[in-house]
Amino acid sequence: MPNISRDEVAHLAKLARLAVTEEELDVFAGQLDQILDAVAAVGEVAKDDIPPTSHAVPLTNVFRADEVRPGLTQQQALAGAPAAEEGRFRVPRILGEEQ
Amino acid sequence: MTAVAELMDYAEVVERFDPVLGLEVHVELSTRTKMFCGCANLFGGKPNTHVCPTCLGLPGALPVMNGRAVESAIRIGLALNCEIAEWCRFARKNYFYPDMPKNFQTSQYDEPIAFDGHLDVVLDDGEVVRVGIERAHMEEDTGKSLHVGGATGRIHGAEHSLLDYNRAGVPLIEIVTKPITGTGERAPEVARAYVTALRDLLRAMDVSDVRMDQGSLRCDANVSLMRKGASEFGTRTETKNVNSLRSVERAVRYEMTRQAAVLAGGGTVKQETRHFQEADGTTSSGRTKETAEDYRYFPEPDLVPVAPSREWVEQLRATLPELPWERRKRIQQEWNLTDEELRDLINTGAADLVAATVDAGAEPGEARSWWVQYLTQQANAREVELADLPITPAQVARVIELVKSGELTNKLAREVVQGVLAGEGGPDEVVDRRGLKVVSDDSALLAAVDEALAAQPDVAEKIRGGKVQAAGAIVGAVMKATKGQADAKRVRELILERVGG
Repeated sequence: MPNISRDEVAHLAKLARLAVTEEELDVFAGQLDQILDAVAAVGEVAKDDIPPTSHAVPLTNVFRADEVRPGLTQQQALAGAPAAEEGRFRVPRILGEEQ
Repeated sequence: MTAVAELMDYAEVVERFDPVLGLEVHVELSTRTKMFCGCANLFGGKPNTHVCPTCLGLPGALPVMNGRAVESAIRIGLALNCEIAEWCRFARKNYFYPDMPKNFQTSQYDEPIAFDGHLDVVLDDGEVVRVGIERAHMEEDTGKSLHVGGATGRIHGAEHSLLDYNRAGVPLIEIVTKPITGTGERAPEVARAYVTALRDLLRAMDVSDVRMDQGSLRCDANVSLMRKGASEFGTRTETKNVNSLRSVERAVRYEMTRQAAVLAGGGTVKQETRHFQEADGTTSSGRTKETAEDYRYFPEPDLVPVAPSREWVEQLRATLPELPWERRKRIQQEWNLTDEELRDLINTGAADLVAATVDAGAEPGEARSWWVQYLTQQANAREVELADLPITPAQVARVIELVKSGELTNKLAREVVQGVLAGEGGPDEVVDRRGLKVVSDDSALLAAVDEALAAQPDVAEKIRGGKVQAAGAIVGAVMKATKGQADAKRVRELILERVGG
């Protein structure tokens, strides 16, 4: 039976870059437990003869021809950027990363 | 700032430890468009001009696979003697880093398109090492970041990065070896030979530019050591930023000597990413990697599975070109080379280039001489691999053709090649721009001949007296007067005509 710890919630929150308060850690741990229980119930019905389904539509091999299609101009591409410089997206320095 | 690492003498390293290698090579495919959208796949260009909602990760944009890239992936798998998956999917690799605007990389996780193959690698002395291939999978490249400010200092607020997403979404194939064991002291050499063989193979298949200096072929080297007699692998490090074949060899060797010193001193090797420093051949500690679990892989819902039919796979197998090592066997016979001559050709990296030049219409002897002599000198002077010189076999073949037709002298031909290497365009363009045509107008040459003969009457007398070899001095004077743009053979003929007549 799933049993999500506060630490695991904190770790997941960190990976997802979510600011989660101490109280929320408890709340979410309980809620995530419930969700995992529900999914586990599906697992009990679907035995080995039913492979996990990732795609509901029975389609394979949908390919595009290797032909260039017009995209955005530099101006359009940067239009929604909070900051831009020299035709590039400007972002804060990434901490702890050596170049 | 960082302490200089202790190193163990290499001879002692291989006496006490057995190295284990794992090489991950990323290859950018040279398709016309990106992996999941129709943006042009071009090197360079103005920043953020080959982008669209899909590769910028804008909400609602949907990816569609580039069929040509899937084909290339299967062909690469086949050339590496891999099994081709009957059914496989893409997955999302989740992480936050500004070079990936979607906040996940579309990659393959536990279902690579190709797996379980091998590549036979020939070392300099002819020894063959079989390198196992674990998998080759499809994924997409990231954008390019430019880090601004704070190169020396660490003033936080002042530093930022600038991002260009032209490369984001370019098709990549990641090729991962199985652990390479039992190579002992030759491990660094094996690593280099493997990447070289892979590069030659991919070039012959025409699926990638395979330019390490431009990043279209990149190698990450995993290295670990185990004590002699041990059966369990040691902790490995992964060295990135290895941008040339020579660096592959140096990086592996350096990590071996560094890790050995750590282990011999009673320490433990830390599992981490390290960065290769081209300047001094060392590696330095980078970030501690997120674990596979932290990437929270899950099947990509926006892309349907790939299920290559066996018929399609066989059709693609039939498109594989003559492989480099087969071609080498053939050219050895056709050009009548000794094993040693062939090995020299291979070791200078010239074999495939010469073969391609011959395929482009040049005579084998001429093609060989250009690549092995003049161009090898140029590559050495620039400290690059022969294949990385900015000149193609077709261009070399064209220069040879121009010499053969008398439009260029050998001296002018070298100047033309210099121009091509300097980025002035193809041979014909350089000839036009630099005005390097041979002076083939006899009247212009005759004027120069007359002048030279008049200036050196004693020599003219000697020639008249039957000492034909004395004409050399006059030829030299004419060549000087025409700045080398005359055909020496024709000049000699004209001199003899003049003196004789």
